[in-house]
Amino acid sequence: MPTKIEKDALTGKLTTGHEWDGIKELNTPLPKWWLYLLYATVIWSAVWALLFPSFPGLTGHFGGVLGWTKREDIAQEMRRVAEARAPMFERIRSTDLEDIRRDPVLLQFARAGARQAFADNCAPCHGSGGEGRPGGFPALVDDDWIWGGTLEEIAFTIRHGIRNGVDDEARQSQMPAYAQTLSRREIEDVAEYVLSFSGRSTNAEAAKRGETTYAENCVACHGERGEGVRAVGGPALNDAIWLYGGTKEQIVAQIANPRMGVMPPWQGRLDEAIIRMLAVYVHTLGGGE
Amino acid sequence: MRVDRKIDLAEPAASPTPPARLYANRVKVYPARVRGTFRTAKYAFLVFALAVYYILPWLRWPRGEGAPDQLILLDFAGRRFYLGPIEIWPQEIYLVTGLLILSAIGLFLVSSLFGRVWCGYACPQTVWTDLFMWIERRIEGDRNARMKLDQGARDAAYWRKKVAKHAIWLLIAFLTGGSFVLYVQDAPTAVRDIFTGEAGAWTYTFVGLLTFTTYTLAGWAREQVCTYMCPWPRFQAAMLDEQSLIVTYRAWRGEPRGKHKQGEPWEGRGDCIDCRQCVHVCPTGIDIRDGQQLECIGCGLCIDACNAVMDKIGRPRGLIALDTLANTQACERAVANTPPGPARIPVAEAAHQRMKIIRPRTMIYAGVLSLVGAAMLLAVATRSVTELSVLRDRAPVYVVLSDGAVRNAYTLKIVNKTHEARVFTLHLDGLAGATLAAIGAEDVAGPTIPLAARPDGVESHRVYVTAPAGAALPESTTVTFRLVDASGREATRTESVFLAPRR
Repeated sequence: MPTKIEKDALTGKLTTGHEWDGIKELNTPLPKWWLYLLYATVIWSAVWALLFPSFPGLTGHFGGVLGWTKREDIAQEMRRVAEARAPMFERIRSTDLEDIRRDPVLLQFARAGARQAFADNCAPCHGSGGEGRPGGFPALVDDDWIWGGTLEEIAFTIRHGIRNGVDDEARQSQMPAYAQTLSRREIEDVAEYVLSFSGRSTNAEAAKRGETTYAENCVACHGERGEGVRAVGGPALNDAIWLYGGTKEQIVAQIANPRMGVMPPWQGRLDEAIIRMLAVYVHTLGGGE
Repeated sequence: MRVDRKIDLAEPAASPTPPARLYANRVKVYPARVRGTFRTAKYAFLVFALAVYYILPWLRWPRGEGAPDQLILLDFAGRRFYLGPIEIWPQEIYLVTGLLILSAIGLFLVSSLFGRVWCGYACPQTVWTDLFMWIERRIEGDRNARMKLDQGARDAAYWRKKVAKHAIWLLIAFLTGGSFVLYVQDAPTAVRDIFTGEAGAWTYTFVGLLTFTTYTLAGWAREQVCTYMCPWPRFQAAMLDEQSLIVTYRAWRGEPRGKHKQGEPWEGRGDCIDCRQCVHVCPTGIDIRDGQQLECIGCGLCIDACNAVMDKIGRPRGLIALDTLANTQACERAVANTPPGPARIPVAEAAHQRMKIIRPRTMIYAGVLSLVGAAMLLAVATRSVTELSVLRDRAPVYVVLSDGAVRNAYTLKIVNKTHEARVFTLHLDGLAGATLAAIGAEDVAGPTIPLAARPDGVESHRVYVTAPAGAALPESTTVTFRLVDASGREATRTESVFLAPRR
């Protein structure tokens, strides 16, 4: 509260009467319109708070007299976006995958759109950049494909998935658990033989012993020299890429009790245009055939 | 900064006074007409500044096909600033920052030398207020006529004058807002669109906003903008010192002031005849005889008014003048023992101190100004028309292929500031036997590949670099991407690294 209004000796002005620890305030009056502007803003804010959503309550909020909401704006905006995209989606649906890859405009559109779809749907297993994850989630950036790396093959895998028991056309393959039919030593010998495909066997004798067992059990799916058989989803064993690890222990474990990944079908969940865009995107990650 | 105020300690400090109000009615200022050097300079700068503002967007500068031909165009939609021969891209916004720094330091330097010349002559608030006052004077007459008009009857003549004045004010305000939007779009097209109703909502918003602010600030608020709203008067004191030129009332010569009848002697009194001409011409309505004050915009119109009076009463000019605080104090000390009157003038002239232009403050401002200016010149002169940025993939950092070869992926962004489409050849140094491939053009993979760059834009390419199988690679190899243009000259280069698994 103003205590004592006095006249300042130095300036000849009056003080406001306020005093803080001996510091006094000169009264330099502001123009009145300045004060009226303050009143105007106070009234403005009151009217605004009445018209638009404002006060929080325990279970909700005061929605405002106008009933204005931003949700309809967003819905409208999303409809506009979908409308704007529609012609391009139609072109993606009706264009051959190979032609999409050859057309710079379609390629750019497909890659840009699929990047988001990939992050939303594929990244949890295959990694944000398609680098895969340890323990059987395949990398999509390399040139090693279990089920084929052409555009159509990739699109098929995305549509139907792998070993999911949901889609009748899903990619199917089953590796038996050899712990039940082969002895520990036989399994280790086969592992040595498999390592010899990529020149990494340390025991030539064991590898030689494993050759017969490999010929009897593994050739059908993995090929004569471990080159893999795509038709049945038998991965190549002669290269530098190992889905479940390439050390002898990891190979032995996989022969004894194989692990096999599952991928859901995306047909029906994702728009066909998105699936086609994803196929092109995965193809351009570096390993497309 | 009230340096001249008399301190009367004898005055009782706590006399009982009525409670003061915290808000007061504005006292309307009726500046009178004045002639003189400062007035002429102020009008000259006004014409110059307004001419620049209104004409600049209409000047053309041919830039060739597909590029705007406006000399000054701040194309926010297209993300380019066109300043004559210089085109500023978003990543070169530091050039604009540099311009703003130059302006700020320049303002500091000028203020430390000549006081508030910015406020008095160059500030848009001053320029437009002055223009509006000139129109007001043409329609309603000079100070006395205007005061009489405002106090007189609300008759037809009153309303005719007021309506005419506000109509012309609004017209100028509209032209001001209209010219403002011409800087951000093609001027002839914009003008046509504005009048045919085809311009965008933002254009009309800005025209409306600038019309409103020009009309309100220059027509109604005037000196209150400087006194109550503008932060500059508050901190400009930091740039001024006792060697800066400020509008000064020479109290040692003027006091004691008083009315003077023709023929009376000047001995024993000051030269100020208390005619209040300096107060009447002041656009902010202050009395310069109270000393330096916040409201003073340093325009010097009171000097013109006082000089005219001095001429008339036959006293030397310069009772109010641009002077330094140091000189004022030196004169005051010198005349302390001389009684008031004409005898003081030669004494003061003998003690006159020249303004020191070279002093640490001005040298530092000038130094920083030349440093920033030189840096800007260097930046503009060495500006390249081609830029290449390389973003290395981090997920995954490298890919091992089935034959054991290692591949890294990069996103290359080629900035092409020319207005022609160009094709570059991409070379990679530092990784022997590497194969390059770009998405969409895998067929032409090889040790070098062609990369296109669209005119006046950024083209993004995803490039795979594969080291040959069996190459003994360290974990990290420094590589250099080089773009070679069609004539075989290297356009630009950028370093990056090639990563491989730990062996």
